[in-house]
Amino acid sequence: MSKSINLTLKVWRQKNSKTKGQFETYAANGIDTDCSFLEMLDVVNERLTVEGKDPIAFDHDCREGICGMCGAVVNGQAHGPQRKTTLCQLHMRQFSDGDTIVIEPYRSRALPVLKDLAVDRSAFDRIIQSGGYVSVKTGQAPDAHAILVGKEYADLAMDAAQCIGCAACVASCPNASAMLFVSAKISHLALLPQGNPERETRVQEMVAQMDKEGFGNCSNEYECEAACPKGISVSNIARMNREFLSASRKK
Amino acid sequence: MNLDSKIPSGPIGEKWTKHKFDMKLVNPANRRKFEVIVVGTGLAGASAAASLGEMGYNVKAFCFQDSPRRAHSIAAQGGINAAKNYANDGDSIYRLFYDTVKGGDFRAREANVHRLAEVSVNIIDQCVAQGVPFAREYGGLLDNRSFGGAQVSRTFYAKGQTGQQLLLGAYSAMMKEVAKGSVTLFTRREMMEVVIIDGHARGIVTRNLVTGEIESHTADAVLLATGGYGNVFYLSTNAKGSNVTAAWRAHKKGAAFANPCFTQIHPTCIPVHGDYQSKLTLMSESLRNDGRVWVPRTNGDSRRPELIPESERDYYLENKYASFGNLVPRDIASRNAKIVCDDGRGVGSTGLAVYLDFKDSINRLGKQAIEERYGNLFEMYERITGEDPYATPMQIYPAIHYTMGGLWVDYNLMSTIPGLHVLGEANFSDHGANRLGASALMQGLADGYFVVPYTLGHYLATTKLEKVSTDHPEFKKVEGDVRSRINQLLSIKGGRTVDDFHRQLGLLMWDKCGMSRSEAGLKEALAKIPEIRDEFWKNVNVLGGNDEFNQALEKAGRVADFLEFAELFAQDALHRNESCGGHFREESQTPEGEALRDDSNYCYVAAWEFNGVGKAGILHKENLEFENVHLTQRSYK
Repeated sequence: MSKSINLTLKVWRQKNSKTKGQFETYAANGIDTDCSFLEMLDVVNERLTVEGKDPIAFDHDCREGICGMCGAVVNGQAHGPQRKTTLCQLHMRQFSDGDTIVIEPYRSRALPVLKDLAVDRSAFDRIIQSGGYVSVKTGQAPDAHAILVGKEYADLAMDAAQCIGCAACVASCPNASAMLFVSAKISHLALLPQGNPERETRVQEMVAQMDKEGFGNCSNEYECEAACPKGISVSNIARMNREFLSASRKK
Repeated sequence: MNLDSKIPSGPIGEKWTKHKFDMKLVNPANRRKFEVIVVGTGLAGASAAASLGEMGYNVKAFCFQDSPRRAHSIAAQGGINAAKNYANDGDSIYRLFYDTVKGGDFRAREANVHRLAEVSVNIIDQCVAQGVPFAREYGGLLDNRSFGGAQVSRTFYAKGQTGQQLLLGAYSAMMKEVAKGSVTLFTRREMMEVVIIDGHARGIVTRNLVTGEIESHTADAVLLATGGYGNVFYLSTNAKGSNVTAAWRAHKKGAAFANPCFTQIHPTCIPVHGDYQSKLTLMSESLRNDGRVWVPRTNGDSRRPELIPESERDYYLENKYASFGNLVPRDIASRNAKIVCDDGRGVGSTGLAVYLDFKDSINRLGKQAIEERYGNLFEMYERITGEDPYATPMQIYPAIHYTMGGLWVDYNLMSTIPGLHVLGEANFSDHGANRLGASALMQGLADGYFVVPYTLGHYLATTKLEKVSTDHPEFKKVEGDVRSRINQLLSIKGGRTVDDFHRQLGLLMWDKCGMSRSEAGLKEALAKIPEIRDEFWKNVNVLGGNDEFNQALEKAGRVADFLEFAELFAQDALHRNESCGGHFREESQTPEGEALRDDSNYCYVAAWEFNGVGKAGILHKENLEFENVHLTQRSYK
């Protein structure tokens, strides 16, 4: 059953990428526990606006956990305390009356803050651009049944392909590594016959772009897997490393 | 305004083939000289940008999100139809065509629908080649399921995330072209206006959502793939950012808007639970394959569902529609949910919900099989509601989901503005008055991968266009218009928030233009909408300035357009005094309460010409002819 709770928010406010930010404290009273975390922020923003104060900027779109646009660090955890849950799907019944909630943007050199909780994740697009695709043009495809894929591999590829590109993995990693994101795409395509012809150049170029963007390296903390709202496994990072080594040896 | 649909002559099965040959081509060496703007990077936009880039055109792609991969196509759950007949159960291109025309309640264009069915098979091939991880059987072949009212298994799927996987396929194909330099990407940009020079669409003016910069972009053709307008209802299954702005701005510049009242109410969404609610979440209709819909037989039965014996449950869809049961099309499932709730038999805290029960399927197939099919949906349901659907039935209620209406286009997907093409949900052409499940993904990708790459070439090859630059006076004028509108929004400094107005509009639309519409209700809406709009322009509060990341300003521009568009919507609904598909007019029903179509008076597309804000649009009719699928009253009994 829903109830109403009173909260204190400590929210990171930063005007733009060029200025310094700071925490501001806001009261969030009378929040219905059935509402989502972003709906709670909506309520706070409505109140701020009426008071003539700048509302808190945060990215969001689908609000059903699939577009990957939302995300913030809540009490030290990317997307907040509930496992396998994006911020938009986190509901206020996970919190108690009287809680103080600290809300910050994802922090990484490669993901500059645009305003408040919104960050620039275009580095992810550039990594995909460097090789996260199969080079097939429209119209070139053979009949779908000409390509057989064992169910086991199809399912594993699907598990990796579920990545929503939210960057929670980067935010949760002490090294701000993007390896879970990059390895999910590499695994998805390496596990399928369609991805096979380009698998060696793909892994090399995507890893090179990842480094160029300024993401850190993996030191097996497994924080990324714990924070991932889609439960992408770190075994994908192991697969990416194997792919990378194998491609480098042949070079 | 001249509505020439340009439907090719000849038998239905040969029109597209003949047309492809008749169309003029652009020499591969000349294609890079043409600039093409694509607005929106969902399935239609991304697939068009990728395909046109591959062909050698100079493409500029725009989206308001931070990445093209976030477009709302990503949220489609269930699947994508294709007439592959891999299930050997009698499917064919003709059957998919037939089902779609009939499912659309005879308000779609036959020729467009047949083309859609034809290219459906190529879409699956293309997506598989891109590495889209469709569900497979143990032998390595693709799995199919029956979906949303179809009596054959023609739906391909990737868990409950088919839209996501198809979009990532189209997105990656587009990013491949970005790497090659044939597509230039502009993210966090909102299209504010189309620029028309000498009667042709020659570019757009955008706002950079990070810096506020007003930017002009030239083109030889503009493609709008900007999705639907379901958020005119405030609460819908659309993403928060989904809006009508691009389509509406084009309409105000001369593009006819067709059938705006044709909206789809999806029967299986999580019910509304509070006034803070910001959106509604869809539970894929694939759930109706294994879930049974019911309500208690007696009014006000407040026992927990597990405690209500079989004999006291009303499986109303199975009882009323023997041959389709729980799989009746969306409009019928939705309306029947409303009927039982209006009857006082709804469940849940608001009485506006019905049960979707998996107990029998779990008993028959085992929990694991159900988990494999719907695991992620069940998890999502539990996160939102706090209830476990394996143990207790889901509660569902209809919500606004998709809009069949959109900008009018001819067979070449060109609007009434030469050079302005409209793709995917943003156009009106393929779904008539009701869209069948798993057909939206099919249409978005059909338009982008396999239709517009041909028809755009024909336009460019047969149109003489002068070179234009952003210094052209028309670009300067439009930039000025955009700036002054923004300044006006910022200068009001009133007492109410943008969301507050949007919610007010949404409640009115849901009440008067939602699942059931009447003359009196629509007239009331038509009186009330201008009042809300007037108050908005006097009393909205948009803080901050233009030259910054200002989400309230973004929303204000979109809501201002919804407030104009809503009036056209209600006007269209009022003029169409028949029930068809998702449009149910209380004045037009059978004695049993089913929708009653009026083919003698309304067998046409209503294409509206803009006539000024607050003034009634001018109606133009495109008569629909059914040469192959004969007009019949739909029956799913």
